[in-house]
Amino acid sequence: MSLESLRAANNIERDATWAEMSFQERIDTAEFRIHERAHITVNGDSCRGCTTRECVVACPANLFVPTSDGGILFNYENCFECGTCYMVCNEAGAITWTYPEGGYGIVFHRT
Amino acid sequence: MTDTDIIVVGAGPAGSCAAIAAAKAGKRVVLIERGPFPGSKNMYGGVIYPRILDELIPDWFEHAPIQRWIVRRSTMLLSDTGALNIDYRSNAWGQAPYNGATAYRPDFDNWLAQQAVAAGAELICSTTVTGLLRDAQGRINGITTDRPDGDLTASVVIACDGVNSFIAKDAGLYKAVDASNYTLGVKETLSLPKNVIDERFGVRDNQGVDIEILGGTSGVNGGGFIYTNLDTIALGVVLKLPKLSAQKKRPEEIIAELKRHPAIAPLIEGAEVIEYSAHLIPEAGLDMMPKMVADGLLVAGDAAALCLAAGIWLEGVNFAMASGMYAGQSAVQAITAGNTTASGLQSYTKKLNETFVLKDHKKLRKIPHLVLSDRVQHKYPGFVTGIMERMFRVENPHPKPGVRRILREERKKAGISLMDLVRDALTGLKGFG
Repeated sequence: MSLESLRAANNIERDATWAEMSFQERIDTAEFRIHERAHITVNGDSCRGCTTRECVVACPANLFVPTSDGGILFNYENCFECGTCYMVCNEAGAITWTYPEGGYGIVFHRT
Repeated sequence: MTDTDIIVVGAGPAGSCAAIAAAKAGKRVVLIERGPFPGSKNMYGGVIYPRILDELIPDWFEHAPIQRWIVRRSTMLLSDTGALNIDYRSNAWGQAPYNGATAYRPDFDNWLAQQAVAAGAELICSTTVTGLLRDAQGRINGITTDRPDGDLTASVVIACDGVNSFIAKDAGLYKAVDASNYTLGVKETLSLPKNVIDERFGVRDNQGVDIEILGGTSGVNGGGFIYTNLDTIALGVVLKLPKLSAQKKRPEEIIAELKRHPAIAPLIEGAEVIEYSAHLIPEAGLDMMPKMVADGLLVAGDAAALCLAAGIWLEGVNFAMASGMYAGQSAVQAITAGNTTASGLQSYTKKLNETFVLKDHKKLRKIPHLVLSDRVQHKYPGFVTGIMERMFRVENPHPKPGVRRILREERKKAGISLMDLVRDALTGLKGFG
C-alpha cells in the first residue's frame, strides 16, 4: 500500500451509513389489515378554515395531505391508531376518530 | 343474571393482570381484545420491570418471552456535537431475581394474556368495544361491541383500553383532554446481527442495554431512547404534541437527525429498519389522571394515565400490571360483597394510594413537567456538555481554567440565570424525593 492510498483510507467519511429509505418504504415495514370502512373521517369543510394544519406535521403515518384548494386529503389505510391527529386538531368536529373493526388495522410484531 | 361477572376491555398488561387476578379468585371473566391477538396494537419505548408479577405468576421469569435483561442503564445528554453518558452497569440484574427486561410487546402481552386464559378467563380477540351499557339507574353493567349480537353484561367492567380510553371518556371520568399532557412516541426496530449488538454495547448472552436520551430531538420537547433486543435495536423519540406541530418537523425527520448524531450513528451503523411504529404516551402523571372508579366501572393502565415519565424513571408496563391486578382484586371483593357501585369499588383507589402506583406518582408529581420544560429541554443539555467539553479539553500551554470559572461561563453561554438554575435544582431535589 502506498502512502497515498493509506492517506485516502484514513479519510473515509464515517458519517451515516444506514440505508436511506423513502416514507413509503418506512410504512411498508408495518402490517396493516385494511377494512373497507374508514375508521377515521375528516370533514374537509372544517379543514378549509384551519391555518395551523397541525395534523399534517404531527401524524406519524403522514396521512393528512393538503390539497391545492385549501382542503385536506385523508387516507385511513396506513393508520397506526395512535390518536395524535384528534389530539392536536384545533377545529372542533373536523376529525371523527374511532377504532377500526375488531381484527383490522395496524398489527405490530416486533415493537 | 349477567352474562359474566367481570368484563375486561383490552388484553394489554393491565387487562391481562386484571383478568388473572379475578379468574384466580374464581370469578367468571371475559377479556376482550380488539387486535387479532393480544399485543398486536401495542408498542412502547421500553423496558418492562416485572417484579410486581411475583404476586400473580411467581415463576414468571422462567417463562416470559424476554429479549434481554437490562444490565446497563444509561442516561445520555446530547448537544449538537457532544454527548455526556452516565452509565451504570450491574451484571447481577441479568440473573434471578432480575430487574428490567426488553421484550417485544406482541410477544409479552400475548404470553400474559395466555396466563389469564390458563387461570380460567375467556379471551375474545378481534372484537372492538364500541360503548358501555347502563341499567335503569345509570350504573354501568356491560359493553357493546362491533360483533353481531355482541352486547355483553357483567357486574363490573374494567377498562384497560389504553391511552385513548374511550370508555373512561364515555363514562365522564376525564376532564377535557389536553394535548399538552401527551407525547407521541415513534420508534424504529433496527435489525443487526446479535454478535454485532453484543460488541457495540459491551454485553453478552441475553444481557441488554437501556439508553435514555435528553436532547437530540431537533428542538422539539421530548427525549430519545435506545434499547437492545437480541438481534434488533429499538430506537425512537418521544415528542410533546403541541411543540411537535409548532416546530414543523415531522417525527421521522427527528428520528433521522438523532440517528445521525456522532454519539448514536456508530451504534446503529449498517442497521436496517424492519418495523416502524407509533403510539401516544400519557406523560403528565398525577395532574392528568381521571377518576378511576364509577358505578360498575374501574379504569387501569394507560387508560388511567398510569405511566411514569419522570426523566430518570420511565415506567409504564409495571404500573399497568399493578393497577390491573388491583382492579381485578377489587372487582372480586365488590362482587363477593354484593356492592359494585363506586363506593363498593373504592378498595381499588385505596390500594392504588397505598402502593407504588400512586405513591410514586405523588412523590414525582412535578418531575414530568420539569423534564419537558423548555430550560431542561433546550438549555441544560448544551450547558452540561459545554462544561464537560471545557473540563476535559487540555489547552496547554494555557493552564486549566478552574471548575468555578467554567461553570459560570458555560451557564452564561447557555443563557441560564443563576436564579433559574437554583430554582430548577430545588424543584429537582424536592421532586425526586
